[in-house]
Amino acid sequence: MACALLSSLEDAKVLAGGQSLMPLLNFRLARPAHLVDINRIDGFDRIYERDGGIGVQALARQAAVEDSDLVARACPLLRDALRLVAHRVIRNRGTVCGSLAHADPASELPAVLLALGGGVVAMSARGQRVIAAQDLFTGVFETSLRSDELLAEAWFPASPPKSGIHEESRRHGDFALAGVVRAGERLGLFGVAPTPVLADPADPARGLQPSGDLEATAEFRLHLVRVLSDRAFAA
Amino acid sequence: MRVNGVDHPAPADTRRLLSDHLRHDLGLTGTHVGCEHGVCGCCTVLFDGAPVRSCLMLAVQAEGHEVTTIEGLAADGAPLHPVQQAFHETHGLQCGFCTPGFVMSVVGLLAHNANPSAQEIDEGISGNLCRCTGYASIRRAVQRAAELSKP
Repeated sequence: MACALLSSLEDAKVLAGGQSLMPLLNFRLARPAHLVDINRIDGFDRIYERDGGIGVQALARQAAVEDSDLVARACPLLRDALRLVAHRVIRNRGTVCGSLAHADPASELPAVLLALGGGVVAMSARGQRVIAAQDLFTGVFETSLRSDELLAEAWFPASPPKSGIHEESRRHGDFALAGVVRAGERLGLFGVAPTPVLADPADPARGLQPSGDLEATAEFRLHLVRVLSDRAFAA
Repeated sequence: MRVNGVDHPAPADTRRLLSDHLRHDLGLTGTHVGCEHGVCGCCTVLFDGAPVRSCLMLAVQAEGHEVTTIEGLAADGAPLHPVQQAFHETHGLQCGFCTPGFVMSVVGLLAHNANPSAQEIDEGISGNLCRCTGYASIRRAVQRAAELSKP
């Protein structure tokens, strides 16, 4: 039903947890003609073991994933990352899949998905396809999801023993000025490029051209990438 | 939707935010509206028992669900809810604008964790802003609320 609506309506946006979309609507920064609210779909909030990792369906709230014993056992990196996402009250409503579809370059979960080498299932009236993390994030708030596709499920591989997420933000719960995700020997960065990016742990800032703003200069962001990467690989 | 134990029809306007519906249509003005983008925490209500931002939900999404606002914590004339009592005892409010949001967040925090550590308290109230910066008293209020909530 949701997919049928997405394929037939012009300029429709999926409303899941709404913790990113609703502020955009309140400020009129986004003015979609239609909202497709998926919150009443039953049984679309599963968190389950799949293919050596964890499947997280579209309506699984961030708080539920954070509290999941399965996630704590198989992918503690995802739990640790969620604790940096906004505040608990926001996570009570926000969804993991929604954060991925929103693709804020400074948000944690896209970088975690990329560092782990996970992917998502995109569903539409035409069928479904799997999109690997490295093909999902295409720009600032942009993904390779098509307008009739619903991000139905995310798949996070089990996190390697040496994993961790480190970020610097001005206040607790704010978006990070810069952040790094270590998953074994892989390193993902966020907040320093239009999308999350993979980096060489030996020279993590190479080739980066982060933007500067009132909160941090580009140089400071590069400095943070080096310091946070060192911290991640010292652990 | 059920608000503070009373059933109400959903608003006709599908664009209505839950926060605006509570205040303008139902007259429950204890739910305050500060930033309207989820940062300040003033509009926090319980949605099926868990604290959420009422400014980041459409009212129609609450159809079939249970909403509790600050007005629903204690009936008129009845003893205050333990969290309200604790804020009262410890002077956990100054101007009071942020207070309903803090109280609802703390009700949610203690339901999830009856004995929060100092760090867990800070974590639990970090999503609410107090521009009077009365955080020290609010921390004490949470500790007191945890004591008062013990059976």
